[in-house]
Amino acid sequence: MAEPTEVYTSTHVLEYPYSRSVGPVIGAFLTGLREGKIVGIRGENGRVIVPPTEYDPETGAETSGFVDVGPGGVIETWAWVEHPRDDAPRSTPFAWALVRLDGADTALLHVVDAASKDEVTTGARVTAHFLDEGERQGRIQDLCCFQLEETS
Amino acid sequence: MSTAPQPKQGTRPVAIVSFAQAPTQRRIEQANEVELLMPVISEVYAQANMTKDDVDFVCSGSTDYLIGGPFSFVTALDAVGVWPPKRESHVEMDAAWALYESWVQLQEGDLDVALVYGFGKSSLGDLQRILALQLDPYTMAPLWPDQVSLAALQAQAMIDRGLATEEDFAGVASRSRRDAMNNPNAQVANDLDVATLLKEEYIASPLRRHCVPPLSDGAAAMILVAGDRAFDVVDRPAWITGIDHRIEAHAFGVRDLATSPSTTKAAHMAGVGEGDVDVAEIHAPFAHQEILLASALGLSSATTLNPSGGPLAANPLMAGGLIRFGEAANRIMDGTASRAVAHATSGPILQQNLVAVLEAAS
Amino acid sequence: MSDALETQDPVTMLSTPIRLDYDFTAGVAQSRSLRGYAEGRFVGQRCPVCKKVYVPSRGSCPVDAVPTKEEVVLPNTATVTTFCVVNVPFAGQSIEIPYITASILLDGADITFMGLIQGIPADEVRMGLRVEAVWVPKEELGPTLASVKYFQPTGEPDREISTFREHL
Ligand SMILES: [Zn+2]
Repeated sequence: MAEPTEVYTSTHVLEYPYSRSVGPVIGAFLTGLREGKIVGIRGENGRVIVPPTEYDPETGAETSGFVDVGPGGVIETWAWVEHPRDDAPRSTPFAWALVRLDGADTALLHVVDAASKDEVTTGARVTAHFLDEGERQGRIQDLCCFQLEETS
Repeated sequence: MSTAPQPKQGTRPVAIVSFAQAPTQRRIEQANEVELLMPVISEVYAQANMTKDDVDFVCSGSTDYLIGGPFSFVTALDAVGVWPPKRESHVEMDAAWALYESWVQLQEGDLDVALVYGFGKSSLGDLQRILALQLDPYTMAPLWPDQVSLAALQAQAMIDRGLATEEDFAGVASRSRRDAMNNPNAQVANDLDVATLLKEEYIASPLRRHCVPPLSDGAAAMILVAGDRAFDVVDRPAWITGIDHRIEAHAFGVRDLATSPSTTKAAHMAGVGEGDVDVAEIHAPFAHQEILLASALGLSSATTLNPSGGPLAANPLMAGGLIRFGEAANRIMDGTASRAVAHATSGPILQQNLVAVLEAAS
Repeated sequence: MSDALETQDPVTMLSTPIRLDYDFTAGVAQSRSLRGYAEGRFVGQRCPVCKKVYVPSRGSCPVDAVPTKEEVVLPNTATVTTFCVVNVPFAGQSIEIPYITASILLDGADITFMGLIQGIPADEVRMGLRVEAVWVPKEELGPTLASVKYFQPTGEPDREISTFREHL
């Protein structure tokens, strides 16, 4: 039996510079974001799916007919992050949330901007907040966050 | 003499006859994947008094993203001995699905013995980033949501629905880590009461540190035998009398996160409710998920949940689900249970659920 | 109804760069081979069952599925089992084309690894050619196969293919 070995370790980095073709449906969603609006699509039984997909995610039925939704919506559920990770969309505390946009029947995962956890509740009304027009590129980050609507 | 119980699915009874796992640790530096697997695979062979030549089919579960190198499952086969050429397969899922594939293969009738194994090291990379890659790549992954936050969305939905409280989550964690004190393979084992745990800070509310599984390096292996030959290997084989796998939409924004209809369906198909369940090993990486899944499985309070400590005590990715099957099988084989349930999950926020009923022969 | 599709310039592509950072561990067997390179020698491991010598070793015999714990130091001399002539330039290339990449079977080893052949015209390289490792200067040795600069002919007679057929 040989003596115990000092084991070599090494850092390494993998990078995948993926460039994806988005197709007409997700393309419409991303095009909408670039124009400062949110687009869904009609699925089985006419329910509106956001983000839109080529198929109803539950039944597999073909979807058709784009629908503008939001910009307002309701928090379906949320999670407050007091210490964001380095790769989080916010460097200061924020909430992840599933937001059901007005006119939609499914929920979108995104960020809710709030000063503290106490401000966020399930069922609270929020509004989509976009980057300025010149900064939008046709990607999910064009929708920079949801902000709580004034409740006064 | 005992006879193998007739399974609900398939035509051929299949039993778990041996199971071994590496003691789970935060970081196992002194072993590459092959060196991690070798002792575990040697042990399942030894328990079953078998060699590699007895095995007709080999199936594993792992993911290359954990290691950061392509085709790591091919490298890992160096630990198995697949020469002369063996039938072999691999799933990019928890090894519980390698067990499922093996079970299907054994139904064919021309194979009798399968080796199933899984391995995963969370210590090599950033698990939160790696798991974000299983999300929708267009509208979700670019935001890099971490799995703790996603699980917290589910936990909050349960609280809003009145299905559980933060005290309940702490209760699961407290019991799990206390039970883990009797499990030599566990990584997090301690005796802390609910009041103490509730003083911890949130990682992503409503989940505190104790609600979240440890980051683990580990591996597990198991041998399945079809037919009465299993009685030659072990006194009390753990017969798989029912097994079913169901999935839900990948896009969890369309799901009701406070329920798990796929688990309920799989449990029904596997026949969970057709008899008393002594023990259930539930692959619930987050504390709230044990509550959700126990309910979805239709278990009563008479069932002992995760006596091993469960994933809250040790959570080696890609092996953790198989370990649930192994722990449940061990309770049958050691005579402490006659009928057990094993569950494994995969995909974002309990997307996929595999349920099996394990029984001793009467 | 949305007019999102009526734009003149719909989004068709999405850039989704991924960066993953790792802290890799080589494990025990590979670390021994790597330490060997740093010391200017080849270190392999022998299977206790079939006695085959693997270099580098991952810690097991892939045939017998047993740990290979016996360490074996191998010589610098080797045989070219097979080879190819690289004529096509590629990004990041550091050697002039044409050059030779060969399967190298160290004397006493039962498995080949890839090595560079120098010191012989490309059209004279052949199966069975006897070669020896040329290491980088001592101060440049490190735990990497890059410590071997290349293999060069020894001038010994070629080996018959029948002597290494099972390693092809
Ligand atoms: Zn061997």
